Amino acid sequence: MSYGIKLRVWGDYALFTRPEMKVERVSYDVMTPSAARGILEAIYWKPAIRWVIDRIHVLKPVRFDNIRRNELASRVSVNRRDMDEGRPVCRYIENDRQQRASMVLRNVEYVIEAHFELTGSEDSDPGKHLAIFERRVKKGQCFHRPYFGCREFPVDFAWCDDVPGPVFHGRRDFGFILHDLDFSDNMSPSFFRAVMEDGVIDCRGEVVS
Amino acid sequence: MSEPVNNRYEFVLLFDVKNGNPNGDPDGGNLPRIDPETGHGITTDVCLKRKVRNYVDLVKKNVSPYEIHVREGAFLSEHHRRAHKALDDEKLFIHVPLDLQDELKNYMGYPEGIGFENEGIYLQLCIDTEKAKKAVNKLKDISDAAKAKLKELFVDSKAAVAKKWMCKNFFDVRTFGAVMSTGDKTCGQVRGPVQLAFARSIDPIVGLDVAMFRTAAVRVEEPNDKGLGARKAIVPYGLYRAHGFISAPLAKQTGFSEDDLELFWDALVNMFDHDRSAARGEMAARKLIIFKHDSELGNAPASKLFDLVTVEKICGDTPPRSFADYTVTVGEAPAGVSLVEKI
Repeated sequence: MSYGIKLRVWGDYALFTRPEMKVERVSYDVMTPSAARGILEAIYWKPAIRWVIDRIHVLKPVRFDNIRRNELASRVSVNRRDMDEGRPVCRYIENDRQQRASMVLRNVEYVIEAHFELTGSEDSDPGKHLAIFERRVKKGQCFHRPYFGCREFPVDFAWCDDVPGPVFHGRRDFGFILHDLDFSDNMSPSFFRAVMEDGVIDCRGEVVS
Repeated sequence: MSEPVNNRYEFVLLFDVKNGNPNGDPDGGNLPRIDPETGHGITTDVCLKRKVRNYVDLVKKNVSPYEIHVREGAFLSEHHRRAHKALDDEKLFIHVPLDLQDELKNYMGYPEGIGFENEGIYLQLCIDTEKAKKAVNKLKDISDAAKAKLKELFVDSKAAVAKKWMCKNFFDVRTFGAVMSTGDKTCGQVRGPVQLAFARSIDPIVGLDVAMFRTAAVRVEEPNDKGLGARKAIVPYGLYRAHGFISAPLAKQTGFSEDDLELFWDALVNMFDHDRSAARGEMAARKLIIFKHDSELGNAPASKLFDLVTVEKICGDTPPRSFADYTVTVGEAPAGVSLVEKI
């Protein structure tokens, strides 16, 4: 745990989509460890390290808002023949439209507590990775702009030394929420029981998949 | 094409609407989108991206490399002639593990378009992959491990070629990204460098519902079918503020170039002027303030830069009804960040 970091993140909106409600998207009440990892990776990541989320502090009340948008129904599909023969590859939005609602979180703020583990022997100086991460955060640098679940909900971030006092008191059980995806095992999801104690969710508990 | 974008950018776009509906809410009977808690108006990121796409479509006539992938059929101008540019001599590399490097480096019998270079094996993107695949199967004097590595090249190449090709031809894929399925199961994702957030009005807006009537009959047989009522929702006036981000590392991945960036700025400045309709009323871009970082990763936190732009209402207690009712002040940019005002 000597390589732990704390990062304060905030933004106007967030959408941590529940996998069971992803057509008309409904957000989890709180950030998932997987989304938190994505934020850290947007700032600094290398194949030599793997971010592990320890705790998530929830600093703002959980509030929702509903947004419905016109969306494209299908994905881009290309194949060799389209490329070689110059067939039109485009989508007409009018013919391929879906209106989908999203239930998004409003005005969120969290502190992510995390550390990284080394994945191999190459490039394995933890002090280096930690220093680069800290320098980037303090200068406001990032590889790409981190986001809360979807790219239209950008994240502001700052280095955090002391976690502000909790706004939540007591115990709140959010049920099973997504922990992360295992990319080495055909993207299989794993879940954990998210229990918030005085505003803090410990992500290190038992994981089920 | 010019070099990929090498600097991080943030930008603030101020645009206003007069007697129009900037972005209807499908959940709210197409009334202007509104934040239910504060009464501020909202336009979504995708609403603005649609206008950028339409502008580029209009200006570049949908010809490669400025084709637009997600299109509105309403543009009925001539888009029949299409010229997809084939991938030229670009090479797709895959990494070779150390223990195989010597064998592959010294191997002489590669089929055309495949070879060893800079510690990796490559596949030339213009070659006929089916033919090359068969040739690999027939290779002699090569270990099974090395052969497997070569085969892996083809598995990887399918998605990679499609991505490159899409990025090369399509402005919107290069700029905003796309989620793709390439033929069968393989999925690829292109994440574009340009990221937009929801735009929000400076002050709360009021949505007005205007009633209208049709005064002409449609069918000769029913001359009395007149006066059918209709409604139109308008915002009398609203000044909206949008924030955007451009990531240089992602620009490198998609090939989003300096020329593309100029075109993108043009689109932001001019897109409302080519999006006139009965619903929109008068919309105009009022200010485009760009923060250019000296470096690829950036020199200052985005939130601090956005805070430099303050927009204030100067008409006192009366509701704002024009851009003159606001002042925009832009503070001094910190070291390492330069400030460009396009309008």
